[in-house]
Amino acid sequence: MDYPFGDGTSLALEPEYAEARATCPVVRVRLPFGGEAWLVTRHADVREVLTDPRFSSRETTRNPDGPRFTPQPLFPAGVMSMDPPEHTRIRSLVSKAFTGARVQALRPRITEIAEGLADAMLEHGPPADLVTMFALPLPVTVICELLGVPYADHGRFRELSDALLSTTALPPEEIFAAVKELNLYLAGLIEARRAAPRDDMLSGLIRARDQEDRLSEQELVEFSVGLLVTGHETAATQIANFTYMLARNPGQLAALRADPALIPNAVEELLRHTPLGAVSGIPRVATEDVELSGVTIKAGDSVVPSINSANHDEAVFDNPHDLDVTRESNPHIAFGHGVHFCLGAQLARAELQIAVHTLLTRFPALRISADDAALHWKKGLLIRGFSSLSVTW
Amino acid sequence: MNGPWHVEVTPDCIASGVCVGTAPAHFALVEGRSVPRNPSAAPDPLLLSVADACPMEAIRVRAADGTALAPTD
Repeated sequence: MDYPFGDGTSLALEPEYAEARATCPVVRVRLPFGGEAWLVTRHADVREVLTDPRFSSRETTRNPDGPRFTPQPLFPAGVMSMDPPEHTRIRSLVSKAFTGARVQALRPRITEIAEGLADAMLEHGPPADLVTMFALPLPVTVICELLGVPYADHGRFRELSDALLSTTALPPEEIFAAVKELNLYLAGLIEARRAAPRDDMLSGLIRARDQEDRLSEQELVEFSVGLLVTGHETAATQIANFTYMLARNPGQLAALRADPALIPNAVEELLRHTPLGAVSGIPRVATEDVELSGVTIKAGDSVVPSINSANHDEAVFDNPHDLDVTRESNPHIAFGHGVHFCLGAQLARAELQIAVHTLLTRFPALRISADDAALHWKKGLLIRGFSSLSVTW
Repeated sequence: MNGPWHVEVTPDCIASGVCVGTAPAHFALVEGRSVPRNPSAAPDPLLLSVADACPMEAIRVRAADGTALAPTD
């Protein structure tokens, strides 16, 4: 069986996942490049893969031609290809800045940014592209202010960010060129901050490097790139995706309008229900034989833990294919699980809640301008979502 | 620092699995929450880094005499 099951130009999860969960939950699949891997589809098994140290992220880079979603060879790139204790050392340098309490303190500023963008959209008038006028600038502004990256440079780093998430959108040499340019851009900013430190995350990381020797110069650059890219791309994509999902589920939208106190719960449900990955799950490699749902994964085998599938597992969620903003039990793993659990999860939650709240309150008649057949999808990226989404009100 | 450390997971836990993945000998997920395998554990620096890594700062580590060790500010 070939994987991924679809090209990611839909937010409806491909039916092959449910079929696999029911009949063959750990299934051999052929990835686009480098051969076969085990696709893991059940919630319990996916969580197992994501927490069991016998499934390694670092090992995936030992064989550059191993099973993968991208044409270019696998190479170690930042925290996502590290295991503990190396991973813990890097992550802990900034984890304090993203805790629930710290993010709570950022909410007024995030709200202010969202309100400002809503003002500009209203002034522009309908129709407007939700992606460029709201979904992107909200998280981009937030991560720029946190990291200390000039917002005015977004024209430069936005396109490069997309290239980093490319599976087949770009040829390998263009991806490498984008990685190089983004690294150079951040290295330049780091040099500037080194000369004149400010109260921002880049300056904090430079201190950890120069005064405490807690990471190498290359790690400093790569980690900064990672924070900038993952710090906006996923939230931006989901803001537009969530808007679309609510517009296409008018009953749920009406429930939310009637009771905005449901928004935090609704965001958890949207996180569960809306597949963000076009390919779901960053591969791991087993370091010894492990049994999962009766299948023996051999040492050296590649494993793809499917977050999308886990979040639709009938064994955990009642009517998993229904979007239900009042769902009570919701142990979704949209932010991953285990050591690589999204560093920015609490920040993303705040941004998504504020985005949904702002759009609901400022645009009481918001709707998608186009029919499904006329939507503009991102293509050939690790994530699925809209390149533009025309809305009216 | 003599004597065992006290390890506690507060109700702020969101079951991210960070602690379970980093220190499986010290934590397990039980019914959607992390619980210390041994609330009175032999001192181990790993417990401090895990408490610092928790996204909700929901892991409290105290010395035998009650002094707070982690999370740090």
